[in-house]
Amino acid sequence: MLFQPINKNYHEFHIDRDKDLCINCEVCVRQCSYGSHYWDEVRGKVMHDNSKCVGCHRCEALCPTAALHIRKKPSEYRGGASWRPVFMENIYKQADTGGVLLAGMGSPVDIPVYWDRMLLDASQVTNPSIDPLREPMELKTFLGAKPSKLEIETGKDGKPKLKTKLTPQLELNYPIMFSAMSFGSINFNLHRAMARAASELGIYYNTGEGGLHKSLYKYGQNTIVQVASGRFGVHKDYLQAGAGIEIKVGQGAKPGIGGHLPGEKINDMVSETRMVPIGSDAISPAPHHDIYSIEDLLQLIFALKEASEYKAPVSVKIAAVHNVAAIASGIVRAGADIVTIDGMRGGTGAAPAMTRDNVGIPLELALASVDQRLRDEGIRNQASIVAAGGIRCSADAIKAIALGADAVYIATGALIAVGCTLCGRCYTGKCPWGIATNDPKLAKRQNPDIAAKKMTNLVRAWGHEIEEMLGGMGLNSIESLRGNRDKLRAVGLSDTEMDILGVKHAGR
Amino acid sequence: MKAPERYYDFEKDISGCGVFGVISKQRNLIKGDLPINAMACMHDRGNGLGGGFAAYGIYPDMADKYAFHIMCDDKSGVNAAEEVLKHYCTVHEFEPIPTRKTLNITNPPLVNRYFVSPNFDPAHELSDLPEEDYMVSVIMKINTSVAGAYVFSSGKNMGAFKGVGYPEDIADFFRLDEYSAYIWTGHNRFPTNTPGWWAGAHPFTILNWSIVHNGEISSYGINRRYLCEHDYLCSLMTDTEVVAYELDLLIRKHGLSWEMAAKVFAPPFWDEIERMDKDDKELYTALRATYGPGMLNGPFAILVADNNRLMGLNDRIKLRPLLVAEKDDMVFMSSEESSIREVCPELDHVWMPKAGEPVIVDLEG
Repeated sequence: MLFQPINKNYHEFHIDRDKDLCINCEVCVRQCSYGSHYWDEVRGKVMHDNSKCVGCHRCEALCPTAALHIRKKPSEYRGGASWRPVFMENIYKQADTGGVLLAGMGSPVDIPVYWDRMLLDASQVTNPSIDPLREPMELKTFLGAKPSKLEIETGKDGKPKLKTKLTPQLELNYPIMFSAMSFGSINFNLHRAMARAASELGIYYNTGEGGLHKSLYKYGQNTIVQVASGRFGVHKDYLQAGAGIEIKVGQGAKPGIGGHLPGEKINDMVSETRMVPIGSDAISPAPHHDIYSIEDLLQLIFALKEASEYKAPVSVKIAAVHNVAAIASGIVRAGADIVTIDGMRGGTGAAPAMTRDNVGIPLELALASVDQRLRDEGIRNQASIVAAGGIRCSADAIKAIALGADAVYIATGALIAVGCTLCGRCYTGKCPWGIATNDPKLAKRQNPDIAAKKMTNLVRAWGHEIEEMLGGMGLNSIESLRGNRDKLRAVGLSDTEMDILGVKHAGR
Repeated sequence: MKAPERYYDFEKDISGCGVFGVISKQRNLIKGDLPINAMACMHDRGNGLGGGFAAYGIYPDMADKYAFHIMCDDKSGVNAAEEVLKHYCTVHEFEPIPTRKTLNITNPPLVNRYFVSPNFDPAHELSDLPEEDYMVSVIMKINTSVAGAYVFSSGKNMGAFKGVGYPEDIADFFRLDEYSAYIWTGHNRFPTNTPGWWAGAHPFTILNWSIVHNGEISSYGINRRYLCEHDYLCSLMTDTEVVAYELDLLIRKHGLSWEMAAKVFAPPFWDEIERMDKDDKELYTALRATYGPGMLNGPFAILVADNNRLMGLNDRIKLRPLLVAEKDDMVFMSSEESSIREVCPELDHVWMPKAGEPVIVDLEG
């Protein structure tokens, strides 16, 4: 565009409108919450401003004549391996505003995705593969502390009787759960959809740090309630409403920092649930101010166990950082029943871009070292491990389980199931797909019934795929794959990487 | 224990097999010809790279001593192994295991047997251990610290005889036709990826336990990590080692019954558990949740024996054959009915045990 300052000119997307097809119906004008499309009175037709486009594809999807295509802007910088366009654009933005760069969704940076460098095994000849359509195939998973051994007595009738009682467990029909996305960061329609989908599937969804709306308490048997540093919406009824409790210490997308839900997203319902005033920013501090060390964590774990009358296992979620294995060991020794490891590719509604893209370590390496460390210390049975952050498909999930996870969390995947296109502007509150917004006009774009169905379908589909791959390996129960790294082989990884992952190279 | 460096970097033996077992509930001695002929009938289930037998009741005069069968590559191995043995144990008697030169067995190791008891000498580091742990530690010491030496049998009043060859040739080599026992198990091996290795043949034994196994345990990767957490190091590259150590862990250390150990190996399906009464449901849910990493997944038929019983067990969907037959006080378990009919044509009762249902036969009285 001519005569524009540089920050207007160098934008990411380009709206391609086919003039022959466009009927000037203004659907795009109504759908775009960023004002990219507008009615030009003078010309008497729909026009657009490329610089406002975030690349969400909402207009393209809803255009009745398929006149719209959203492309990456074809104009190219001279660039170079070092000064890639993203760095230049960031500087233009910061020179304008003097602010921290914000980003939404998982990190797009090119750090290795180890899932893609590990391959699964299958049976040939010496053992039969098992067909899940004809034989039982078991994915049932229990999360929580397990005793190291069971005491079993023989009853008077000669039958064995269990003497050791298990502590509370979360029983999952699939080793997959919906990860923490707070009410407020996503809207009520989606919270309701997740709750329904989790109930229907026999799994759990995590409330995230924004509390739990009263009307969703009825799904409590499939709910993990989260307690984060802001303590939003945390009270006795809340803690007793869920089947599990999670202490959020850190998030993979933004290790070391807290959260910030802008006041614009805090409407009456969010306000009531979070217990903060309407329109005020809800800020989670970076640390829990009652946890400055591991012994403080122990106290919070047991405070929450007391508050929930020891009926709910307590999970502690940490971001994957350099010393994650030692930290996880401390967490287990502090009494956590579940350790959740959130890798650096995990999603977020809002994070400083520098933190998201440069802090933390990939989930795969963190998971492998945590699982090994807990086994080396003989405490692996004392806690389940949940892997989160960047699980994209059922193969990622099954590889995580083979590395040692008891279950995985998915969140970005669940949002994509309901239409998210990863445009990454969740922090604006203007999500055109009606996901990361509390604007009633936008939020109603999500029908909770349809959204619940899509999320249910996704997990079922992954379940079928996991069954198929499990059977292919000659296994008929997920616990025989859990930590069974012999079923993984690396391709193109270094000795150090393979040593951390505990897998051999393909061909060996 | 902490897993050793590069513990993940192992190669596992893959093999198909034939198994046979017989027990006389009245402790009547059964001549070696019977299991030898039964195994010979299943010649085609092996490929000549491994055969062996275990026999209970063969050393009645030394029944209170541990009978160590040690194989060594050479004389220096024998000396080194004996040195370790004498350091930790009193050796009451020893001799070369009687063998026969046969055409089909080439390059056998030196095989000797020692009747020993622990000396609990307070001067050395094992002296505080309970007797069985003490003896297991001695075995591990010889197996891991003496090059070319391997303890392949260590129980009381029992012995294992195994090596590279078809079982009937191994029997010929060890002159098993001259032994009589009240429990016999036999094994014929079809490994696909390793050259024959004498110690790698079955039965696999530890103290009084002996195990013969047909199958491939696909859960091996997690089973061996689970065992490492409980201080058992799997070093033999065979599935069977996992079975042996798990039995030791579950039955001896955790005090589970044989039946419950069998349910850890081959647990009921969740939909069966769903239909159980409240107590059983709680029991089996806890069993699976707690011992999930110990479950044996993949095709298997195993025979486990000690001095008092013989157990046969299949995987949960019966992917390997296992058949049980009775004749008077004798109970046979085998991969094939033909092998039983070969040595006992008239049988009282023949059946295929259900998948995952252990068949446990105890001595009477």
